[in-house]
Amino acid sequence: MASVSLKNVSKTFGTYEVIRSIDLEIEDGEFVVFVGPSGCGKSTLLRLIAGLVPVSGGDVFIGGDQVTDVPASKRGLAFVFQSYALYPHMNVARNISFALETARLGKDEIRRRVARVADMLKIGHLLERRPRQLSGGQRQRVAIGRALVGQPEVFLFDEPLSNLDADLRMEMRFEIAKLHADVKTTMIYVTHDQTEAMTLADRIVILNHGQIEQVGRPRELYDRPENRFVAGFLGSPRMNFAALEATGPAVPVLRGPGGFAYAAEYVAAEGRPAEIGLRPEALKLVGADTKGAIRGTFERMEDLGYEYVCYVRLTDTLVWTVRSTGSPPQIAPGDPAGLSWQPENLYLFGEDGRRIDHRASVPLALGASS
Amino acid sequence: MSAARRMERQQRRTAWIFLLPLLLTLVAVAIWPLARSIFFSFTDAYLDAPTDYGFVGLENFVEVAEDPVFWGAVRNTLVFTLVSVGLETLLGLAIALLLHRAFLGRGIVRAAILIPWAMPMVVSARIWEWMLNDQFGLINKLLVALGLVGKGIAWTADPSLILGTVIFIDVWVTTPFMVLLILAGLQLIPEEIYEAADVSGVPHWKRFWSITLPLATPAIGVAILFRTLDALRMFDLSYVLAANNENTMTMSIYARDQLISFQDLGLGAAASTWVFMIIGLIAIVIVGLLRLDRATG
Repeated sequence: MASVSLKNVSKTFGTYEVIRSIDLEIEDGEFVVFVGPSGCGKSTLLRLIAGLVPVSGGDVFIGGDQVTDVPASKRGLAFVFQSYALYPHMNVARNISFALETARLGKDEIRRRVARVADMLKIGHLLERRPRQLSGGQRQRVAIGRALVGQPEVFLFDEPLSNLDADLRMEMRFEIAKLHADVKTTMIYVTHDQTEAMTLADRIVILNHGQIEQVGRPRELYDRPENRFVAGFLGSPRMNFAALEATGPAVPVLRGPGGFAYAAEYVAAEGRPAEIGLRPEALKLVGADTKGAIRGTFERMEDLGYEYVCYVRLTDTLVWTVRSTGSPPQIAPGDPAGLSWQPENLYLFGEDGRRIDHRASVPLALGASS
Repeated sequence: MSAARRMERQQRRTAWIFLLPLLLTLVAVAIWPLARSIFFSFTDAYLDAPTDYGFVGLENFVEVAEDPVFWGAVRNTLVFTLVSVGLETLLGLAIALLLHRAFLGRGIVRAAILIPWAMPMVVSARIWEWMLNDQFGLINKLLVALGLVGKGIAWTADPSLILGTVIFIDVWVTTPFMVLLILAGLQLIPEEIYEAADVSGVPHWKRFWSITLPLATPAIGVAILFRTLDALRMFDLSYVLAANNENTMTMSIYARDQLISFQDLGLGAAASTWVFMIIGLIAIVIVGLLRLDRATG
């Protein structure tokens, strides 16, 4: 087990900067998830840690040792690939034990270790099979077994569940969480799936354009996003955004589409709020004439059984979503609708996208009365 | 008759209609000539009057089998095949492994190594014949200039050297073919498998023996099969270089001599049939050994 630390790490391919001077400390035994949109550099960052790709600048430390120039084979890591990368011509047992063959271990010791890992992952009955005779979930178990048997200092997972169907993904997610609880080894996990990030991580690292947007516990990121990108990335359906109307600095009331109005006190180092954000579950569908509610036109409802999502059009180019549980409202497409909200659920973002703390300066009814 | 039945019959008929042109072509260019050749091998026909023949049973086959020149040709062919395909496989694998690595100018090198393969065999044979000439050839000039030999070596005339020379030229010409086929096989191996081996600390030599070689085996096997069948019916190189010199005579040259030089259609056909049977047997053995039919199954 070991800590991992990145100091000013960057990577360029040709002239394209994939990773821009990243600093990150991962503690011993921590489960950290790198998440971000495709092309954000999360897989490259993982490969830099693994040593599969050399860094262009900065240093990588594992367990306190500088390993920037140490080859992948000597870093004491294990890597689980999205494609599983099993050896197609070897059976499951040999796939797991292959790396041990040159590790000066006795045949009995190898067999004992393979058996223990197979037992842990419930693949004992598959040991004689070839990878092509396995299902996707079984293949991923073998790949994890292969990683586990070397007793690595750090586990690296590169989108390990992306090739599985929804049910299996959930099952394997559970297994990986359990695995981490059992072995307590440091794990770094790359995914584009925010559910995996939220459910598995001790800490999430949100990446965008090769830079860290925010690092923190899942709840922290969800409740207190530092900027508009993080706010919009976590949550499904995503947060509703709307631009505020441009008004002079002296105007105390913030105004937006659908008659949104809010008299707020805020401390913004750089400029005034430019955008508002409200999560779909922070909105409630109410009558169009409700005081303080944002007004729009009801467009469509998606009933998922355990919850429903309503689409409400505020302007020609802006549709907001409302998520709620319980029995769906009786409302027809085209009907006017109101969206009520609470100031403590409202996010304000500045011109630069940074979140601005605020509180209501006058009772809401007053601010929204116009 | 149910509609489903009718449809099935109709589909079957359509399938046969699609297959018909191919079947006719195969019969015209492969099966009919082969059958004619085998048919003539049981007769005493001559090339100037092929319609005037009588059946002689297995006499032609016995005559070919009793001819020491034929067995000399068989020996030459087998030695040529074994050594040239062996060298081409080793060289081909080595060069393919080099070309598989990304390096600057790889595209140009890959195109350049194809040049020997792109040249007609007759041209290659003539080029090398001239370069290896004992008095005026470049190779002997260099050897003499370097002081390695006192006077030029008769590479293409010395009976003990000429088969070696034929093998050398063939290796030069067809190694690119091996390189391409094996390279194609290497490129099918996913990069992540090597990354997985790399991260788990598997040393380079073990990656080669336990990953690259087994996974490239189907490609190497196919390449060996193609080259072996090609080498067993080799004609042009030996013929251009030494005509019917018995030191380099192949099975194909022997059959051609009986047929064209001696006009003996029956005997030539019997020799051809022998060649056909020998090659067929070797092909079956190779396919069986390499399990090419289910290598990927």
